[in-house]
Amino acid sequence: MNKLWLIVQREYLTRVTKKTFILTTLLTPLGILVFTLVAGLIFSYDTDKTQKIAIVDSSQLLNENFESAHNVTYEFSNKDLDTLKAMTLRKEYDGVLYIPSLDSLNSKRHQIFYYSDDKLSLETSMNIRDKVKARIKDYKIVKMGIDPSKLDNLKISVSLDPEPISDNVEDTSSMSTVVGSILGGVMGYLMFFIILFYGMMVLKSVMEEKTNRIVEIIISSVKPFQLMLGKIIGIGGVGFTQIAIWCILVPLMLIPAQLIFGIDTSSIPTEGLDPEQLQQQMNDAAGFGYNDIMSELKSQNWLMIIPLFIFYFLGGYFIYTSLFAAVGSAIGDDINESNALMMPIMMPIILAVYIMFRVVALPQSNLAIWSSIFPLTSPIIMPARLAAGVPVWQLLASMACLILSCVFFIWLSGRIYRVGILMYGKKASFKELAKWIFYKSN
Amino acid sequence: MKRYHNHTAVDDVSFDIPKGSIFGLLGPNGAGKTSLIRIITSITAADEGQVLLDGEVLNSYHPSQIGYLPEERGLYKKMKVGEHLLYLAQLKGLSYKDAKSKIQHWMNKFEIQDWWDKKIEELSKGMQQKIQFIATVLHEPKLIILDEPFTGLDPVNTNLIKEEIHELNRNGCSIIFSTHRMEQVEEICTDIILINQGQKVIEGRVDKIKESNKENLYVIEFDGKLPENIDRSHFEIVEDTNKKLVIKIKDGHDSNEFLLALINSGIHIKAYQEILPSLNEIFINIVENSNHE
Repeated sequence: MNKLWLIVQREYLTRVTKKTFILTTLLTPLGILVFTLVAGLIFSYDTDKTQKIAIVDSSQLLNENFESAHNVTYEFSNKDLDTLKAMTLRKEYDGVLYIPSLDSLNSKRHQIFYYSDDKLSLETSMNIRDKVKARIKDYKIVKMGIDPSKLDNLKISVSLDPEPISDNVEDTSSMSTVVGSILGGVMGYLMFFIILFYGMMVLKSVMEEKTNRIVEIIISSVKPFQLMLGKIIGIGGVGFTQIAIWCILVPLMLIPAQLIFGIDTSSIPTEGLDPEQLQQQMNDAAGFGYNDIMSELKSQNWLMIIPLFIFYFLGGYFIYTSLFAAVGSAIGDDINESNALMMPIMMPIILAVYIMFRVVALPQSNLAIWSSIFPLTSPIIMPARLAAGVPVWQLLASMACLILSCVFFIWLSGRIYRVGILMYGKKASFKELAKWIFYKSN
Repeated sequence: MKRYHNHTAVDDVSFDIPKGSIFGLLGPNGAGKTSLIRIITSITAADEGQVLLDGEVLNSYHPSQIGYLPEERGLYKKMKVGEHLLYLAQLKGLSYKDAKSKIQHWMNKFEIQDWWDKKIEELSKGMQQKIQFIATVLHEPKLIILDEPFTGLDPVNTNLIKEEIHELNRNGCSIIFSTHRMEQVEEICTDIILINQGQKVIEGRVDKIKESNKENLYVIEFDGKLPENIDRSHFEIVEDTNKKLVIKIKDGHDSNEFLLALINSGIHIKAYQEILPSLNEIFINIVENSNHE
């Protein structure tokens, strides 16, 4: 026990005091900040050239009503098309928009033309199309003699509020489902990266010790199992430290970002979408606003979610890192050789991420239930389901499975590890590894 | 006995290491030396058989009484010398305080006091080897196992380590010394075992082994010529160079008979010495013979 603690200590301290650790831990939040700022800037980037476009609308389809967009000004002109084309060539206009008259009120397609030697940007052309569409619709409404207010009444939005029948079931809004699935997706994804990142760290460290040949010196004092476990726990501690620092630093970084740049960083997950637009869409979609999301986030049972997240983190971490340690011990210095052995470990992790996307959408499905109980996928799937609410029996079954398989995989990896770290120049195959499991131990 | 799935690395090898001896574990490459050492250090388990240390079956307490310097050895490159030694010493069960004072003692002894804060990767291979040697003996083990301890050391440091080995031995430490450098064995070891292809070939005290493998060869140096009247029936001449003669005394005859006869013949003898085989010769002979079988 004492020796295990020494190993944990060393594994932890040598990493935490490394310059690269301190730098990545401090710079990653800064990097995220810079990245979001840059991404925000890119998405809000607009053409810096202002364009002037002449409109020829002889049949008055647009009714002299065409708002200029931020970088494009439109001008209705009575001159004929050829004069305007010539003016465009003289650079008096950037282009000419020609709206032919409508053949019939019943025609559903209408072709308009844009004359210029310069290409029209995708954004502007979409903008023009949408506006012309709306104007023609208005034109048709008037011509067909339909009452616009009646037409307005045809626009309906429906919101569905799920209400429980029994008294003991919590009343949730449909918003909680949306927020729950987004939160779940974020947590599942986070778990995926954490497991992979620190798993690789364990793998690399085991390989290093083997190639370094320090391992024979160490295991003449401690059991290989202690060394493996100590390494896994020590690196796990490094992970916790790093994530804890990020949890504090990232929100701290967002405060100055909001203050200095005035960019609403809460729009990060939507990739630079205008928050107002987002709110609009949300309103349209479900009848809820941006503030509802925030209040929904606040109303989540964090006291349950956070400990469970940590539990699944630990479970997933131990299962996968022990497997990574076993692979690391078997391959030694040739990372290329590891690919064949890594595949079966990576498969369930990657599969779990794919399953997660479906599970977030269908949290009550059989797929969701079984994949969140199966121990190789549950560390990623279960956190993704937590926000949407999980029945107690599933949670208990999943946790029990996770604990048992944790013990099993650590044991199994320990068996492979103790042989692997002393084997040199032997190509490790699964057959070989299986044999190692049954070698006699001390 | 240690079996790997398709070959037996060590097969029914049984031997005693006398307490307080410097015991040479010899054998050609791939003979099973390292497998044997790994069993003694409880790194691996024997499929059959057992190891007794001071009459006790190897248990979890014993690793702290054994110091092992593997042939293929490394250190954590990024660690500092001082903390690395502290780590290894504490893994052997020393307290922090105890470990620290012992490390300082050894560093003073090797005159490397100022290395404490140096990183391992800054040290040369030979320098690292000194650190590894310190790590091996730091916890004052009863049994020290050294696998090729001198490779990569310059003559000065080789001597330094050699002296330390002798000193540790004088203080009651038993030492297993594994190598295939025979001249070192001859110089250092009191007892040896020779294994080949996983099996014991020869075992015993170095002088006894030499004695039992001798071929009754003697070298004589003298002035003048070998008298004609000497009875040649109980020896034969192996080599005859000017003023130097190598003879083989035939079985059942004493070397003194020949010497007496020479003295009586009035010749002036300068030297008369028995030629004992070197361990090297014995080693090569035995290994080649057993491989031919």
